[in-house]
Amino acid sequence: MAGISFTRRAALATAGTGIASAALIRARGAQAQGAPVKVGELNSYSRMAAFSVPYRNAIQLAVDGINRAGGVMGGRPLEFVFRDDGSTPGDAVRVAEDLLTREGCAFLAGTFLSNVGLAVADLANQRRRLFLATEPLTDALTMAQGNRYTFRLRPSTYMQTRMLTEAARGRTTRRWAIVAPNYEYGQSAAANFKRLITASIPGAEIVAEQYPALGRVDAGATVGALAQARPDGIFNVLFGPDLTAFVREGNTRGLFERRFVLSLLTGEPEYMIPLGDETPEGWIVTGYPWEQITDGPHKAFIDAYRARFNDTPRKGSLLGYVTAQVVANLLNKANSIDSEVLVDAFKDLRTDTVVGNVTMRGIDQQGTMGTWVGETVLRGRNGAMRNVRYADGADFMFPEAEVRAARRS
Amino acid sequence: MDIGFIVVQSLSGLASASALFIIASGLTLVFGVTRIVNFAHGSFYMLGAYIAVTVVPWLLEIDRSPTLFFVGVLISAIAVGVLGVLMELLLLRRLYKVPELFQLLATFGVVLMVQDAVLKIWGPVDIPGPRAPGLRHGVEILGQRFPAYELFLIVIGPAVLGLLWLLMHRTRFGILIRAATRDREMVGALGVNQAMLFTGTLFLGAALAGLGGALQIPRVSASSQMDLSIITEAFVVTVIGGMGSVPGAFLAAVLIGQLQAFGVLVFPKITLVLVFLLMAVVLVVKPWGLLGRPEAAAGRAALPEGILSIRAFGVPERIIAGLAIAAMLAVPVFGDTYMVKVATEVLIFALAAFSLNFLVGNGGIVSFGHAAYFGLGAYAAGLLVTKGGLPMEPALVAAPIAGAAFAALFGFFVVRLSGIYLAMLTLAFAQIAYAVCFQWVEVTGGDNGVVGVWPSAWASSRHVYHYVVAICAILAIIALRRVVYAPFGATLRAARDSEQRADAIGIDVRTHRWLAFTLAGGAAGLAGGLYAFSKGSIDPTLLAIPLSVDFLAMILLGGIQTVMGAVAGAAAFHTIKDIFMPLTDFWRFLLGASIIALVLIFPRGLGGAFAALRGRA
Repeated sequence: MAGISFTRRAALATAGTGIASAALIRARGAQAQGAPVKVGELNSYSRMAAFSVPYRNAIQLAVDGINRAGGVMGGRPLEFVFRDDGSTPGDAVRVAEDLLTREGCAFLAGTFLSNVGLAVADLANQRRRLFLATEPLTDALTMAQGNRYTFRLRPSTYMQTRMLTEAARGRTTRRWAIVAPNYEYGQSAAANFKRLITASIPGAEIVAEQYPALGRVDAGATVGALAQARPDGIFNVLFGPDLTAFVREGNTRGLFERRFVLSLLTGEPEYMIPLGDETPEGWIVTGYPWEQITDGPHKAFIDAYRARFNDTPRKGSLLGYVTAQVVANLLNKANSIDSEVLVDAFKDLRTDTVVGNVTMRGIDQQGTMGTWVGETVLRGRNGAMRNVRYADGADFMFPEAEVRAARRS
Repeated sequence: MDIGFIVVQSLSGLASASALFIIASGLTLVFGVTRIVNFAHGSFYMLGAYIAVTVVPWLLEIDRSPTLFFVGVLISAIAVGVLGVLMELLLLRRLYKVPELFQLLATFGVVLMVQDAVLKIWGPVDIPGPRAPGLRHGVEILGQRFPAYELFLIVIGPAVLGLLWLLMHRTRFGILIRAATRDREMVGALGVNQAMLFTGTLFLGAALAGLGGALQIPRVSASSQMDLSIITEAFVVTVIGGMGSVPGAFLAAVLIGQLQAFGVLVFPKITLVLVFLLMAVVLVVKPWGLLGRPEAAAGRAALPEGILSIRAFGVPERIIAGLAIAAMLAVPVFGDTYMVKVATEVLIFALAAFSLNFLVGNGGIVSFGHAAYFGLGAYAAGLLVTKGGLPMEPALVAAPIAGAAFAALFGFFVVRLSGIYLAMLTLAFAQIAYAVCFQWVEVTGGDNGVVGVWPSAWASSRHVYHYVVAICAILAIIALRRVVYAPFGATLRAARDSEQRADAIGIDVRTHRWLAFTLAGGAAGLAGGLYAFSKGSIDPTLLAIPLSVDFLAMILLGGIQTVMGAVAGAAAFHTIKDIFMPLTDFWRFLLGASIIALVLIFPRGLGGAFAALRGRA
């Protein structure tokens, strides 16, 4: 009865039933009881569980905090609907349709593999719905195949490669060998490296390249082939089980002795933990040294994460947390779940996250979230990073002229 | 290149070959005796590694001695052997009476369940194993350092070969294995206890896979994807060597190891496709593998597997078919948009599965690479639209043409073989096509694929496109069904049941099979084209092994003995997957369990169960 009388009074005050119902929603929102705003999150929860489960945990942690603090869009609760993307574009597109139509999600987020991310991005473009790609690293997502409805949070392959090549500035390493998994991520990291290394080290040349199939590295043959070229430096893109096999073989055969190594992603806990006491020292890597974060909201997030899940945070955890923060800020700013309004609000949107300011640059819709660059070191029986600094993504974006040339829309 | 490098690189190749041989020897033994295409062999390898990374560190806590390390490895191998026995007793034993191909489906269910069980038990993070005490170091060979553990592996491969030789030639069990490999029916007729023989072989085969996995732990970390990465390679080794031949497997493993070690120097991206290229070449030149023999039973008139009696539709069938078509056409009216999407996919997969069963059930041509023609159809359509600038309609005409053209090209070689060798050659061609799509980045977009493959404006709504798919798929299925009933279909069945007799009455068996292969490729290509437009993108997963296996699972679920079973199987498989995927991260476990349950409840597939019901009534 109270609700009805309130409606009637509101209707009288504004003299219009349409506005009255809007007023009702807003009034309920103030008590954080409105209909939840749903975000459809699809990721490889089954096949890439080492990354995606910590990622999902952190999103849940962040969303609970946001809802305790009053939700989004003036008091509506935020809800992520999590789905497995099946790790193939075909399955992912079906799941995405399910999230958009049956679950009634406002927009899509997530995906892990680059081909899955690109397929979902194209679906988003076709259906005119917003898609926030979180993990896929391929440059194509925001460059050649970028579209109006697709944004990406994580630093791309180009950005992370550039962070490493700039860290090599001032070195005299001329002869380089490249080892990368044989798929888009590995190929484009290698291509970026070839392009960028000469800017840091004039006269640098590539003397050997190895592209083992993903998950099937023949470590002995690969290490042998690299060593044969007698490089001074090695650029490594392998990760996961391939990396462990490669590092063990390389350690035993002395491949890394007196050689300068740049290595993508190796400092991320997901990939460093399995290396254990075999972690080679002195590699320059990108990663996430969470144990060296000592203060601020980032530390608070780490403590909350450890307390709730009884596990140390991974790179995936950080990405998940930042994703939820960015999404909440977007919804508050747009104050609408209309796709066009959301897209316009997302361009150049600044969010204060646990890693600091993250802006979705308007021109290529790429986030400025950065990552940490440092040197590997063995502490006890585990790998760690030292001389760490946070490389802000804003300093490593594609030059604007290149973006304009690459993007058609 | 100095001599030291060549020697060491060759040793690297030998070490990989040894590891591969140990796994493949188990697979070839199991196949030789039981004729089971055991997909779960890779799962046994993975379980061996996981058990070893659990047991070995625990033993090394007691004493860091090489002895305890190898005790741990042996314990792991035996534990996996016991799991193999369990699989035989609980699952395979119930399936020896049904078509051999059906056991493949059961082992595929096991693969799915083990994948998720491993994730549940050991967690998603890769687990590195301990290095072998005493074998951590490198040994200096001609100025190059080489891992001592790999020298040890090089020794252990031939040692396993020697032990297996002793077992096969000096024990009664081994002699029975050899006899059963040559002629299983004869062994049974002589009163040998086949149940014991099969259980023993499964133990030996699984234990060898487990040993292979456990021996890898000082080199690679245990991860939940190692099963699939090894199983195709193990199959390739056994096929190149000749199924059932242990020395052949050794020879093939050494060959692959050496080609790999030196191949990467010339073509750094070769690992993706090398083994399949080698297999294609070997099978074209030597249809039974390097050291394999033609099957003794090949010339015998055995009870054929596949479509036996083709009855015309009776009243109940007409009603069911009519209802199914009506339901499919009514989905856009009654269902929500997502249901339309799922129904569209069911129709597409039904066509693809039907075309595969046209080969398998009707022609006895078991294809492990049917997704290739599906995928090539999708690529033809997708590339014409995105790169050629053509609209959807001509692209959809091009899809079946591309599927048929490639099926004709590959089929020319494929139909020269039979049985498992034929199946593996289709797999090899599919992988080569996959590798081309994967690697030819400029044209195919590499593994990212090509996006922007959307229907023409008039068909862009999900509902209209559903009708486009429904009309194409249903008409194509009806047309293919007519071919099954036509003299051409009967001729194919005759060739399937007895190649020699068909030949004797003047049927050109090869040409007929080749035409059937081409026709099925065309139908799969059409399905692929329709699929591309429903997804908006093409990428190499459309040609990949998992999709080929899905198609096989569909027709086996539906039953290869009935004409329409494949359609029911496609619907059942896709629906089960769609129900379980949103429910839990462990959907593969549930999918695998449902497949196994269906295999046990309906050992002749859904279509077979229906036929039995009708037969009784």
